[in-house]
Amino acid sequence: MTAEVAVLGAGMHPWGKWGRGFAEYGTAAARAALADAGLNWRDVGSIVGADTVRGGYPGHVAGATFAKALGWQGARVASVYAACASGAQAIATARAQILAGLADVVLVVGADAAPKGFFRPAGGDRPDDPDWLRFRLLGATNPAYFGLYARRRMALHGDTPEDFALVKVKNAALGALNPYARYRKRVTAEEVAASAVVADPLRLLDICATSDGGAALVLCSLDFARRHGAARPVRIRAVSTVTPRFPSTVLDLPDIATDSAAAVEPPGETFRASIARTAYEEAGIGPEDLSLAEVYDLSTALELQWYEDLGLCGKGEGAKLLREGETAPGGRIPVNTSGGLASFGEAVPAQAIAQVCELTWQLRNAAGDRQIPGARVGITANQGLFGHGSSVIVVR
Amino acid sequence: MSRTRTPAVSGWFTGEGDRFRLLGTRCSSCASVFFPREDGHCRNPHCAGGALEEVPLSRKGRIWSYTDSRYRPPSPYVSDPELPWEPYALIAVELESERIVVLGQAVPGVTVTDLTVGMEVEVVPGVLDEDAETTWTTWHWRPTGVTA
Ligand SMILES: [Zn+2]
Repeated sequence: MTAEVAVLGAGMHPWGKWGRGFAEYGTAAARAALADAGLNWRDVGSIVGADTVRGGYPGHVAGATFAKALGWQGARVASVYAACASGAQAIATARAQILAGLADVVLVVGADAAPKGFFRPAGGDRPDDPDWLRFRLLGATNPAYFGLYARRRMALHGDTPEDFALVKVKNAALGALNPYARYRKRVTAEEVAASAVVADPLRLLDICATSDGGAALVLCSLDFARRHGAARPVRIRAVSTVTPRFPSTVLDLPDIATDSAAAVEPPGETFRASIARTAYEEAGIGPEDLSLAEVYDLSTALELQWYEDLGLCGKGEGAKLLREGETAPGGRIPVNTSGGLASFGEAVPAQAIAQVCELTWQLRNAAGDRQIPGARVGITANQGLFGHGSSVIVVR
Repeated sequence: MSRTRTPAVSGWFTGEGDRFRLLGTRCSSCASVFFPREDGHCRNPHCAGGALEEVPLSRKGRIWSYTDSRYRPPSPYVSDPELPWEPYALIAVELESERIVVLGQAVPGVTVTDLTVGMEVEVVPGVLDEDAETTWTTWHWRPTGVTA
């Protein structure tokens, strides 16, 4: 088992389209996390910012931007960009610094002010960029990839659009209970079915929106937590940030083609499954030990895929697990108790941090109406562009 | 009027009519195939790396999955904002001998209701967009047995 770090504070700025800059959301989330930890910003030895990107330029170099807004105090600084996994890699950086003895207390911040509509690549003529190429040659938006995965599940496992809608119904009901969520209204299966098709077979309410938002964590060594009076803090026990293994045979964002398996047999597990397995191995636990999970429901169908990749059920059994209510509150393994991206929308560098905020509140028994009784162990999972993916295991 | 026919991306496909082919590269040492073409170094981590030679990909494959685009994609996709948006299908195709999945647009007129996973399709030349001087060409997937 590896060493652990404590989560002393968690904070968010409410998500939505607020029309302000990312630095403001991140700073508000950071102040909330510091207050939650009972610490002053001057106590922080290091700050790690998860980058946002606009026009190919990483958001004013995020770590330093947040440090300046909070008031220069000489802390060590780092900035991390990994698309949707930025937040988790920022947590990994903070954890490594603490375990290496470089800092006792690290503030991790992610925030974004998202553009309207589809995410799109930076401008100019850039045929050396796979993200630019998929838009230029195919008009393949993110929802197009989600549509491909959803249709593949229907063909392979017999999932139906009604199954997908049930994911939205579940997550919207949880989001309605979360004061930080952008969407706080329950949704019915009929409303999902009546929404416009975006990328067949997925409809508008199957796909998560873009949002503004911010999330922050105060991480520290177990020694510091003890000295600070936190005898049994919530702890991070594993952070997996593995890359795929050649040949990666699932068509992933933003690629136009998979690796070829002509020369080497594909690994026995997919990239997504390897992200979770690595986290389990590092934490010394298995899926049977989990109390809850926060996964990237970029689309409803993708949430079902994560059930299988996290080992919550067998291959092809995701929809069955959902239908039996096992991933809802009261079930064996509630998923996305925060309301998920379905309720929050995407604020890219913040969302992997927001997942850990939710687990922290749940494991502290402080999640209000969303509380899963007796929650002890939680996992997060996410995946971004270009072979980035992460998973964090949090324990109490 | 005579527009020049120019590939929307160079070196990815060649030929006309039945002789149209996607072009990839193959490692002379381990036989891994790359599309889009890899001209630098073999990406198989078990391979020391051999010369990368251009190869035409199989003309036919089977549908791995498919979807469509009901809303106008953002730039750099080019479409005329003056015209109503016409959704097109996107097809991911598994090529058996290369053991690779390649995404592409379906030929115009083929919609998701015409498609099933596992159906055989073939690669055909297509047009991505046109401006005053240039017809930008691309590849399309077409269910076999469909002509036009
Ligand atoms: Zn090779």
